[in-house]
Amino acid sequence: MEKNLILAGVGGQGILSIAFVIDNAALEAGYHFKQAEVHGMAQRGGAVQSNLRYADHPIHSDLIPSGRVDMVLSVEPLEVLRYWHMLAPDGWVVSSVTPYINIPDYPDMDELLDRLCSGERVVLVDAGKIAQAAGNLRAQNMVAVGAAAPLLDFTDEQLLKYVRALFAAKGEKIVQVNERAFAYGKASGLFFRGLVDGGVPARKALDLCRRLDPATVDPELAPRWAALHRDDPEAFAAVLAHPDDVPCDRVGAPAA
Amino acid sequence: MRKEVLLGDEAVGLGAIHAGLSGVYGYPGTPSTEIFEFVERMARKRGDIHAHWSTNEKVAYEEALGMSWAGKRALVTMKHVGLNVAADAFMNSAVTGTNGGLVLAVADDPGMHSSQNEQDSRYFAKFALIPCLEPRDQQECYEMTMEAFDLSERMGVPVMVRLVTRIAHSRAAVQVTETPREQNPLTPDKDIRKWTLLPSNARVQYRLLTDKQPELARLAEESRFNVLDLRGKKGVIACGITVNYLLENLPEDHDVSILSLGHYPIPAGLVKRLVDHVDEVLILEDGYPFVEEMVRGPFGLPQATVKGRLSGELPRTGELNPDLVRAALGLAPHDGTREPERDVAGRPPALCRGCPHTDTYRALNEALEEYSRPQVFSDIGCYTLGALPPLEAVHSCVDMGASIGMATGAAHAGYNPAVAVIGDSTFAHSGITCLLSAIQQGTNVKVIILDNDTVAMTGAQQSMATEETLDRIVLGLGIDPEHFRLITPIPKNHEANVQVFREELAHDGPSVIVARRACIEKVKKQGR
Repeated sequence: MEKNLILAGVGGQGILSIAFVIDNAALEAGYHFKQAEVHGMAQRGGAVQSNLRYADHPIHSDLIPSGRVDMVLSVEPLEVLRYWHMLAPDGWVVSSVTPYINIPDYPDMDELLDRLCSGERVVLVDAGKIAQAAGNLRAQNMVAVGAAAPLLDFTDEQLLKYVRALFAAKGEKIVQVNERAFAYGKASGLFFRGLVDGGVPARKALDLCRRLDPATVDPELAPRWAALHRDDPEAFAAVLAHPDDVPCDRVGAPAA
Repeated sequence: MRKEVLLGDEAVGLGAIHAGLSGVYGYPGTPSTEIFEFVERMARKRGDIHAHWSTNEKVAYEEALGMSWAGKRALVTMKHVGLNVAADAFMNSAVTGTNGGLVLAVADDPGMHSSQNEQDSRYFAKFALIPCLEPRDQQECYEMTMEAFDLSERMGVPVMVRLVTRIAHSRAAVQVTETPREQNPLTPDKDIRKWTLLPSNARVQYRLLTDKQPELARLAEESRFNVLDLRGKKGVIACGITVNYLLENLPEDHDVSILSLGHYPIPAGLVKRLVDHVDEVLILEDGYPFVEEMVRGPFGLPQATVKGRLSGELPRTGELNPDLVRAALGLAPHDGTREPERDVAGRPPALCRGCPHTDTYRALNEALEEYSRPQVFSDIGCYTLGALPPLEAVHSCVDMGASIGMATGAAHAGYNPAVAVIGDSTFAHSGITCLLSAIQQGTNVKVIILDNDTVAMTGAQQSMATEETLDRIVLGLGIDPEHFRLITPIPKNHEANVQVFREELAHDGPSVIVARRACIEKVKKQGR
């Protein structure tokens, strides 16, 4: 077993915190790991990435060879495009769709999301919205970890142990916010995949995920939403057009 | 054995502590900064290791040498270009020799992730006639640093541990000892002639250093860090971390003969055994073609074909990686390898929102408009980012302190206005002497000191000359107090600040304008 991850985002979004959680979970799980990161000038609001590798055998290179990346895990949608050419043929993209716009030529958001949705193995979550629902916009990175968790090789407890360790010094409230961000992120990612695997086009699945109240998202309900999309597209469209967040269990019935 | 998750940098720091370190010295510089910071954090808990940033690398090196003279073990850390600053002390410390173990951990930056050049410090080790250890992984960062101290004390010379960015800033689990070594007692070196490099003494000392060379060469030949594995007729010499890129591309039962190098001087005997065994040898080095030049020689190697950066199998410049090594081995790319996306909007680093430098540059740009936007000499720090759009306020970045020196020279040539921009820590590091020259020569330069109260680019370390200390230094250098101005770079002061710049640009003689407001990252860090 060998997993090669590229963690991506913008300086300040907490890429190294993601690395901390996965590095330590890998160590605890008895794996070998190496994790190369970016410090210094590039961190000032620039694109940052980290190569994270873990395996049940010793790892040679700190850098992942092209074509051998199993997952691009990104806290920012544009940043995916910088690295996804390195993916293995069966590699995954797990990304937030919340943009970090600090450049004048940021691409059109709709086009960008369509490009991300064109991939076969993608998990997309609205980390900004979910982190806010969890209690702090800064927790977007832990939303991304949660969304990636089902594709990694750790128990939730192994990961959450280091989410707690990471934020312990900041007090119990911040710890809980980040635990929630992880849980909501995981649920949202699984729900998104449930929709796509149930036949909902990725872009529509994403739109639905963004319309639901993040605290209520339950992956078990994905098949029912997929069925709604198949059987009653107008009701599905009505949910997307609903002005407020919709509880996940009100399948096709946004209004109470 | 305990395991700790450590950056390569941190593993060097912990290795030094476990080797009985008494003092760490350095000046921040990517990718070396975290070596010092790791020791600093541990020192704060223990209280028995001196850990305070120095004004510049030369000062750091001299302080470390003093610690060594006193018989204790000292670590000095810097980035590759920092060693240029420390070179005078470094070169002569090989001639004096050492007493307590003295280890120089220097981090090179192939690919220039955060540097102005990619010079290879192994040349400096050879230049000074001292050993250089180059770790392959984080575990070796730890172990080599410990052994470097022993080697230094055994041979009486400083020892270099050379890192590159990819090992400095990569994490892995490191097994660490349960039984760290005690610190050395205070045992000052009473051999006065050794430390007094008057020509008559220096000749003796230099001869002693050259006399050590055969033993240093023998130790490298027999070092456990130089590993020769003779197999087939295809050979590779892999320096430091490059062996990882090589093995990444080979099956376990490969047929390649490999000399993996981690201890210099270059072990000529091992190299000869390899090249006598193979038909061709590929040389992998993250840095300059240091070994390749030696192996190739000016007239070529008769017994084997030599491949590497000089022959085009590998790029002459930049950082190596598994893909480049794969191509140099003549292997096909992995399945599914694709070209990078074209036209992905770039996201270069930028000054933070609310950064004081932005306000200073806006005011400066406006004041310079009536001079048809002359070139502004700048320096090394966050404020170099002012060179990029939208500000495009500064137009040079050469070395620490060069802004003032170059502006002074340009003024001598008749360039007007000659404006220099330098940060408070860069000023302390290498700007003071330049400004003293300019003022004492009465040169018409305008020096803007951006006092943000910290070394911002490398993570907000303590600056040596800020606020009142800075003001007293500048006044002490002899500036006319009327042309020593202070501004506060905030948006609402814009007009007033433009006016200050205009007044000083109109003055025929040296002016110093201090733009003082704390770095917002530092303020945030303090708030935490």
